[in-house]
Parts: sequence; C-alpha cells; structure tokens
Amino acid sequence: MLRDALTFQLGYNATLVTVAAVLLGIAAGVTGTFLFLRKRALVSDAIAHATLPGIGLAFIALTLSGLDGRHLPGLLAGSAITAMSGLFAVQWLSSRTRLSEDAAIGAVLSAYFSLGIVLLTVIQTMSTGQQAGLESFLLGSTAGMLLSDAILIALGGLLVVALVFLFRRPMSLVSFDPGFASTSGVRLDRIDLTMMGLVLGVTVVGLKVVGLILIVALLIIPPVTARLWTNRVELVVVLSGAFGGIAAWLGASLSASAPDLPTGPLIVLVSFCAFAVSMAFAPRRGLLSSFVRHRRFQTGVHLRQGLLALAQGQPIYEPLTIRLLKARGFARADGMPTREGTIRAARAFRDEKRWEVARATPELELAAALYDGLTQIEDVLTTDQIAEIDRRMGPPEAVQ
Amino acid sequence: MQARLEDVTMRDARELATQDGPLVIRGMTVAYDRKPAVFSVDATFRPGRITGIIGPNGAGKSTLLRAALGIVKPLAGQATFFGTTLSRSRDRVAYVPQRASVDWDFPARVVDVVAQGLYRRLGLLGRFGRDHDDMVKAALERVGMEDFSARQIGQLSGGQQQRVFLARALAQDAMLYLLDEPFAGVDAATERAIIKVLKALRSEGRTVIAVHHDLSTVEEYFDDVLVMNVRKISDGPVGTAFTPEALDTAYGGRLEQGTRDPQKALA
Repeated sequence: MLRDALTFQLGYNATLVTVAAVLLGIAAGVTGTFLFLRKRALVSDAIAHATLPGIGLAFIALTLSGLDGRHLPGLLAGSAITAMSGLFAVQWLSSRTRLSEDAAIGAVLSAYFSLGIVLLTVIQTMSTGQQAGLESFLLGSTAGMLLSDAILIALGGLLVVALVFLFRRPMSLVSFDPGFASTSGVRLDRIDLTMMGLVLGVTVVGLKVVGLILIVALLIIPPVTARLWTNRVELVVVLSGAFGGIAAWLGASLSASAPDLPTGPLIVLVSFCAFAVSMAFAPRRGLLSSFVRHRRFQTGVHLRQGLLALAQGQPIYEPLTIRLLKARGFARADGMPTREGTIRAARAFRDEKRWEVARATPELELAAALYDGLTQIEDVLTTDQIAEIDRRMGPPEAVQ
Repeated sequence: MQARLEDVTMRDARELATQDGPLVIRGMTVAYDRKPAVFSVDATFRPGRITGIIGPNGAGKSTLLRAALGIVKPLAGQATFFGTTLSRSRDRVAYVPQRASVDWDFPARVVDVVAQGLYRRLGLLGRFGRDHDDMVKAALERVGMEDFSARQIGQLSGGQQQRVFLARALAQDAMLYLLDEPFAGVDAATERAIIKVLKALRSEGRTVIAVHHDLSTVEEYFDDVLVMNVRKISDGPVGTAFTPEALDTAYGGRLEQGTRDPQKALA
C-alpha cells in the first residue's frame, strides 16, 4: 500500500495530492530559509492566521454574488488580501510603536484568527443551502482535490521557487548584514517585502494541503534541519527545499495509504522526524557531535593539566585527571609518574614554557593567539621559530 | 526675511558646487525618541586623508556615520558624497559596519562574505567568474587572511572577523571607506594590519573615515579628526583639532583632572 503510494500508483487523487504537496514542500523549504536567517520566522505564523478572515469574507462575497462559495482561486485571493493586511499590521506595530515584533505578532495573529472563526460561525448559520466546509482550511484537506487545484498549487510553488532564485543574493545579504546591504544599494524595505510576499504566497498556496495552522512548520522546520548539515547559505536553501519536498512526499504517501490519516499533520511529523535525527546526528552542529567534541576537549585539558602537575611534582586531587593518567599508563596507582609519564610530563612542560615565550614575543603574536592550552606549539610554529624560542629560554631546566 | 532665505540657499548651492569632496555633512541631526543622538553636525572630510571621528561612548559617532549613509533616518540634515547624492555614488563608497552588529553564526564562509563586496558588480543574476574570484583573493591577501578563505565565519576570532569585514570593503574597490570602530576588540596584530591597509588606501589617493575610541593612538593613526559629543566640538588636522580643550569639552571632565595631554589622559 505504502509502496504504491510512494511510487504514485494509488489512484488519481492520491497522485494529484502528492505532486502538489511535494512542490509546496520545496517552495516552503527554500522560502523559509531566508525567513529563518532573517530571524523573522514567526511573522509567517501571523500571516498564516490572517488568511482566515479573508477566506470567510471571500466565501460570503462569492455566495452573495451568486457564485459557488467554494471556488478555490476566489477563496485564496480573499485569504491573500487579509494576510497582507495582517503582515502590514505587524510591520506597522513593530516599527511605529514601542511594541516589539513578537508582541505585535501575538496581537495580530490572535485578533485575525478570532475574526476568522467568528466569520466561519456566521457562515455556518447562513442558509445558503450548501455545506461551506471552510474549516478544512485550518488543517488542510486533500480529499476531493481537483486537477485545477493541484495545478494552481504547483504553479504557485514553482513561481515562488523561481522568485527565490532571482532574489537570492539581496535576500542573503539583507539576512546577514542589513546595514551593509543598504549601503550596497539594496532597498531593505523592498527586499523584506519581497521575502514576506513569498511567504504569503507559500501560505496561501499551502492552505488546501496543510492548512493555515501548520504551514509555519513547513516554513521553519526544513531550513532549521538543513542548517544543521551545512555552513553555506546556498546549500542551506537547496537542502531545505529537498527536505521540504521529501517530507511532503513521504507524508502525503503515508496519508494516502492509510485511510483517514490527515495529510498536513503527517507531512509536518515526517519533517519533524528528519529534524530530530539531524539534531542528534548532524556533524559538528548535532548533539552527539557536540557531546563527543566536548568530552574530547575535557579529556585533553585534564591530561595536560595532570602532566603539568606531574612535571612540577604537584599533588593531583581531581579524580578524573588521576583516572585518565592511570588509564594512559602515565601514572601508577599511588599517583607517582611512570617512566612514560615522566617523559610526557617533561614534554608538556616544555611545550607550555615555549608557549609562554611565544606569547611574550610580538612577532609571534598571531600564532600565539592560537594558544588554547591544548594545541602543541609544533603544530603552529616552524622548527626555526621554535629553535629561536628555545634559544631565548636558555638551557633546559631539570624536570623532577 | 524672504531675501535672506534666498541668500542662504544661494550660499549653500555655491558651497555644494565647490565642495565635491568625498563626504560633506550639513546640519545632521538624529534623534531617538526626542533625545538627540547627533545634533546639527557640519563636517567636510578632506580627500586622500585618514580622518578619525573621536568622542566618548554614546557621543553619536556611529550614528553620524549611519545617518550619512542613510541606514538610520536623520531628523534633519544631509550628506553629500563626491558632490552628489549617495545613491549616485554608491560604487565609490564602502562601509565597514561594527563587527558586533551581525550574527557570525550565519551560514557563510570567509570567501562568501568577501564576495558580498562584489554585489554591485554582479547584480541579481550575474555569473561569479574567475575575475571575481581573483578580486576576492586579492582582498583577502591584503588583510592577510588568504589561508582562511574556506573557514566558516563563526570559527574566526574577533580580529579575523574584522579583517574579513575590511576585505569585503576592499573588494568593493571604492574611493571612500567608512569604518565603524574597526579597532574595537581586536588583537594588536590585527590592529597593525588594519592601519597598514588604511595607510595604503590613503597612498592610493582614497579617503578613509573611521570611528575611533582609543585616544592614545589618534595622533599615530589619523591625519584629521572630528571630535564630537552629540555636537561637533572641533575638526581639522590632528595638530590643531585634537587639543586638550576639545577633549575636555567632549569628555566633560571625565578624563583625569589636570591632564592636558591626551596621551597622558588615557593612562
């Protein structure tokens, strides 16, 4: 069943939904990257919640003019209009009043959402003779998706991806350093508006598939996941689009193969699983890698300090240090250095002394800045430089 | 009254026509919530010189620079670059913001940040070619960071970050360099490397303006100074404008009492 779904063999509707979802996932992933890097991820939540009154108003307007109230393009156009007004409300509140952006987002999001819920309730009591079913936009509903709906979603997604590609340079410039971007001739207000316009596009296009409550997850989780794997903005964009697309494909397939499981939430859950795995195992930025790095550093510091203490005949009280020295065969059970330990201690002591001289030598300042108590001076300076340091240190002192 | 207003306008126009220097600031006033951070500052920066903007913390030095560059909106006043508006002379103006003003955890390598200096050349879709690559390399070499080009920017020391910012400005190949606290929190080697680059820029006929807070190095680094504390206090060559009296006014007696020598004032 799931294999059929993954290979687009589970019928017409399931295939339509999956294709539309994948394009939406890619569009959300690439757009969300810049939103995340600009540190404005939650603005998308305000935009998403501000779509609801637009849906209600569009339905009322369509019905009153004798048209089908469920006409998707009409509803999406309505949602875009109120979403835009919500976006401007957030921008106005955060730039012209003392409210910070997060407070403005909270106020706008809840006010627009409440207005939308009231409108939806009013519509339910209106005797229009047809089931409105507008609450499906809250969490998305892919049952009975039409070919025209899928095409609309796919085209919207493609357009968003193309625009992100076109504006990738100014958007990453603005995300990193707005002051420099502005002096390079980038119009900050226009680029921010473009960025938010793209988010708005993704949100509106995604209403049918994941719904307004969860779209924020598709905009934020893939870029955060991608960021764990790479340190280059272009790769974050590409990976984020890929993660978004794959999560949408898996999520939509799961939902198609198991009846009554909702598409949007499944896509978000798959996306979150990818995030959780990345958070744990990503190289360098992942938790496991940080843990290993920290332990390695800790071991290094303890060994070094232990060896320096041995070299100077000082007693060692730190249990971890003693354990490490014994495990490496540098110290005996009574804490006295072994033969190997004496040699290593003398070497560590000499290295420390050399660093001391290097740090006091102006010409070696750049190299000396690399001193961290662990790096061997041989890794930083040339043999000639070390010979010069040794000359300044004078004859080696006797080590106990 | 009407006639006088016209006189003033005529004089301003003549002034603008004769002074097409790299940067002329007139009546610059910036206020955050009514409290002026910069009040009515006039300044003419001379071409081919290194000018320091000097003053205590909160004196509005950085704000003056940012207002001239249009990054913060001034309440009043204007800045003229090369006798015209900033938007017409952007190719000739390079800005080095304060290092601490950006998030260094941004996903970029050293080369990526330096390549930002080529944005005006590349535009939206221009291809990043071999000659652009060479410009980035040359800029990195000038600040001694060529070995770090593939390094993630979050792994740089403060001094290295500052050099990368300077390299990005060098890649712009501008005629006027505006630097906001380039020596703040950097190691002594970086400080020497930066001042060497700035002096090289001067000898190439370019103009350098730097916000600076360390009084002990002013005479060594700068040709001209602008001493300010919200208002302009003095400006001109270091010998005539960087006086104990000007510093007394700027620092409001916060420098050691009875010290008339700026060198000793710091000690």
